[in-house]
Amino acid sequence: MGERSAVAEGLRAYRLIAGMWIRSSMTYRTSFVVTVFGNLTVTCLDFVGILLMFSQVDSLGGWSLPEVAFLYGLSVTSFGIADLALGSMDVLGARMRDGSFDTLLVRPAPVLAQVGADRFALRRLGRITQGAVVLGWALASVDVEWTASKVLLVPVMVVSGAAIFSAVFVAGAAFQIYAQDAAEVQNAFTYGGTTLLQYPPTVFGKDLVRGVTFVLPLAFVNWVPATYVLGRPYPVGLPGWMAFASPLVAVACCLLAGLAWRTGLRSYRSTGS
Amino acid sequence: MGSGRLYAAVAAGGFRRYATYRAATVAGVFTNTVFGVILVYTYLALWHEKPNLGGYDQAQAVTYVWLGQCLYATLAIQGGGAEKDLMERIRTGEIAVDLYRPADLQLWWLAGDVGRALFQMLGRGVVPFVFGAVFFPMALPTDVTPWAAFVVTLLLATVVSFALRYLAALSVFWLMDGMGVNQVLTVTGIFFSGMVLPLNAFPGALGEVVRVLPWAAQIQMPADVLMGETDPLGAFAFQAAWAVALLAAGRLLQSAATRRVVVQGG
Repeated sequence: MGERSAVAEGLRAYRLIAGMWIRSSMTYRTSFVVTVFGNLTVTCLDFVGILLMFSQVDSLGGWSLPEVAFLYGLSVTSFGIADLALGSMDVLGARMRDGSFDTLLVRPAPVLAQVGADRFALRRLGRITQGAVVLGWALASVDVEWTASKVLLVPVMVVSGAAIFSAVFVAGAAFQIYAQDAAEVQNAFTYGGTTLLQYPPTVFGKDLVRGVTFVLPLAFVNWVPATYVLGRPYPVGLPGWMAFASPLVAVACCLLAGLAWRTGLRSYRSTGS
Repeated sequence: MGSGRLYAAVAAGGFRRYATYRAATVAGVFTNTVFGVILVYTYLALWHEKPNLGGYDQAQAVTYVWLGQCLYATLAIQGGGAEKDLMERIRTGEIAVDLYRPADLQLWWLAGDVGRALFQMLGRGVVPFVFGAVFFPMALPTDVTPWAAFVVTLLLATVVSFALRYLAALSVFWLMDGMGVNQVLTVTGIFFSGMVLPLNAFPGALGEVVRVLPWAAQIQMPADVLMGETDPLGAFAFQAAWAVALLAAGRLLQSAATRRVVVQGG
């Protein structure tokens, strides 16, 4: 069986399991609508926080509200897509503790697809919607001379960003195989990462910016390409062409995360009984 | 005398239960520290633009951030304390067993939640706070008196936090499912407790409203008492008034709810 058919099989399994969860959540429609709305409210709150800050000041780290909203919209939309696709990865630790992870191993479908689609929740569309609305407003309000390359870069950022966050989710899941009880470490990188990227890089210390540029390259979700779009220099002096490197970084992250996942899976020892 | 020992034992049980999850505690410490660092930088940028926002200087804003990270799990700001188990017991009907116990339902759950809060504070809250104090300039008193007053506000904050969540949990008697209520707890907790922004930095009328709501008793009051920004006695009175009002409302709702309980035997 070639690599290609393994991927196709994984996607098929993912689609089937996700479809099952969607049907199950649609059984109680009112409850579904309420949770989507609740989810939307929760995710709106952090933008309300930013609005509250800007009710007191005109700029943050030298960036205006539309510029911060641009960063925010990109970060939240990308993160939302990754969260929709793989957001249930944090229940992996619980599944290993209660032994139900073993069931996934013996099923004739790729484990990653099964874990990713586990408890697939359409209510997470709330976050994507909210991010997209803020992004739309930001695109209409930022003071930018739009060129073809800048316009093209926006969808590229969203897709690459989603891939980078997805890689973080998968790497986090691989980590959970070792540290079964530490799902929250993953939150520091996923939720923490998206929170960090909602603010301008100028706000943070140089070392922190270097860390999320060169070590854990979250900066390629929005900071690096966004500074190009907004015509600002990147704080740690990257060459200009790096603004277009997000897809490459995303591919590299996904490969590394896939490797980590495989290594983790191979070392998995069931708790047994 | 005997009942005092009972609730102390329940509290010790709550403490031990959370102490079992060591890796989870370490993970929580890490996460709270990461979020603290992110927030500190954004607050510093904000206070750089507008020094003295909300009457705080930069060091006070930094202190506020780390106090928030310290109290986040302690006060179950976004929910996830005793009320989570209580909701589950109401949903499954196991609450009937609790009603048979020769103990007061509200006090029983309060004791368990106090034990949980104490563990979360020591196990999960202190380390991020110390990290913050080591790596960032903080405004901490060197006197014993403000620290003593701070301990009292923390205790009162724990009770207010519990009383709010207890009310939310009891609603499951009517709603049959806690998912929606939990979402409300998360939203109100994060926003009105001042996790997003200190309540004294909220603008205009919104600020005046959020500063008198019970959530103000949770992070804002302890922070202001610790940093000497408010009169401790006034803060105690504010917190105690909300604690009494909310606990009383909880008792009222509880007696209405328990009249509804029908035990399905078999």
